Amino acid sequence: MLDGKPPAERIPILKLGEFLLVTIQVEMHDRLVMTLQDELTHQIVRHRARGVLIDISALEIVDSFIGRALGNIANMSRILDAETVVVGMRPAVAITLVELGLNLDGVRTALNAEKGMALIRRSLGPAGGLDAGGS
Amino acid sequence: MADHRSKLAAIVRQHEPQILSEWIDLLAKAGGRGAVERAEVEAHARSFVRLLADAMQADDSGGIDGPEWTKVRDMLTTLSSSRTRQGSSPTETATFIFSFKQPLFTRLQGEYRADAEGLARELWTATLLFDKLGLLTTEIFLKSRDAVIMRQQREMLELSTPVVALWEGILGVPLIGTLDSERTQVVMESLLQRIVDTGASIAIIDITGVPTVDTLVAQHLLKTVGAARLMGAECIISGIRPQIAQTIVHLGVDLGNVATKATLADALVLALARMGAAVTRTVPRA
Repeated sequence: MLDGKPPAERIPILKLGEFLLVTIQVEMHDRLVMTLQDELTHQIVRHRARGVLIDISALEIVDSFIGRALGNIANMSRILDAETVVVGMRPAVAITLVELGLNLDGVRTALNAEKGMALIRRSLGPAGGLDAGGS
Repeated sequence: MADHRSKLAAIVRQHEPQILSEWIDLLAKAGGRGAVERAEVEAHARSFVRLLADAMQADDSGGIDGPEWTKVRDMLTTLSSSRTRQGSSPTETATFIFSFKQPLFTRLQGEYRADAEGLARELWTATLLFDKLGLLTTEIFLKSRDAVIMRQQREMLELSTPVVALWEGILGVPLIGTLDSERTQVVMESLLQRIVDTGASIAIIDITGVPTVDTLVAQHLLKTVGAARLMGAECIISGIRPQIAQTIVHLGVDLGNVATKATLADALVLALARMGAAVTRTVPRA
């Protein structure tokens, strides 16, 4: 691992009402992305989240593994019936992913967190925000 | 080589004035088009002969790659590239070198009247040498041409990839010219940067000015569309001419679920509809 540091590094998953907010603020590595995948799927089920927003605006370097893992995480969240949006991708990251042949088909994207949240709200419909913890 | 040391340098030195005047006359006859001034030719010829004699004196191996030939090579480089700029053809520049053979060979004949073997040897050495020098000028011609082409290519690349704002939140990318991988890169980078800067959510890529769309170009287009989508912007491809539509289908290119429109106007209407905006006429049509 990263010399001497304990492998306790985690990506925080914040619960905001019926949404989960994941902001990736550190450089990703393989172990971290697998931990995130595990935790996020568990959290979605536990909180019965309806929407997941993954903010990768601080992510500067991606490789094929992390790119694929990001796509997988988004697809897993969708299968768990949470509207998932990946937001804030940098141009360089987008170009890299496309060059790697990872178009992340089926993953919804938005330019920034604000637009992403609007997208989730829109697709959940007008009732989406109301029956939060109820049903 | 030691016992047959070439006397070329000595001969050139000895007969410099005659060789020079004959050569200049030849050049004047050959250079009928007058692209290069006579005075300039004379100056060039004079300095060439001097440098040549020095170089041959220092290195008679028959090659022109040694350090002794640096001055000659430099002189020819300047000469050839300045002539290229003036519009001389490579033949004209090479003729400048090749026509030196005639006066030189006349002198050699005079010098080796009794020694046929020696004459043949010297002729061969001189021919090899001047062929190399002539080829060098052609090579330089090509190099300076290449430099011009490269510069123009770079300029075209910058000129031909603008990203324009068509509406609030709608960007237009009018592509003109062939879409190779280098240009795709530039287009992609400038489009994505503009998406970040303006927060646009729809980009219209207009390919009216793209002459042909083959599988490679289509792939490049799809890459651009894919990258924009990853940034949260939808793309519409417009300006598809009938011919292009036919090629795309014949080649079996799959444009996926990218929206395509025949004209930029149609694409703009679609984009506005997606933004939830509409344009209405305020004055009834006459």
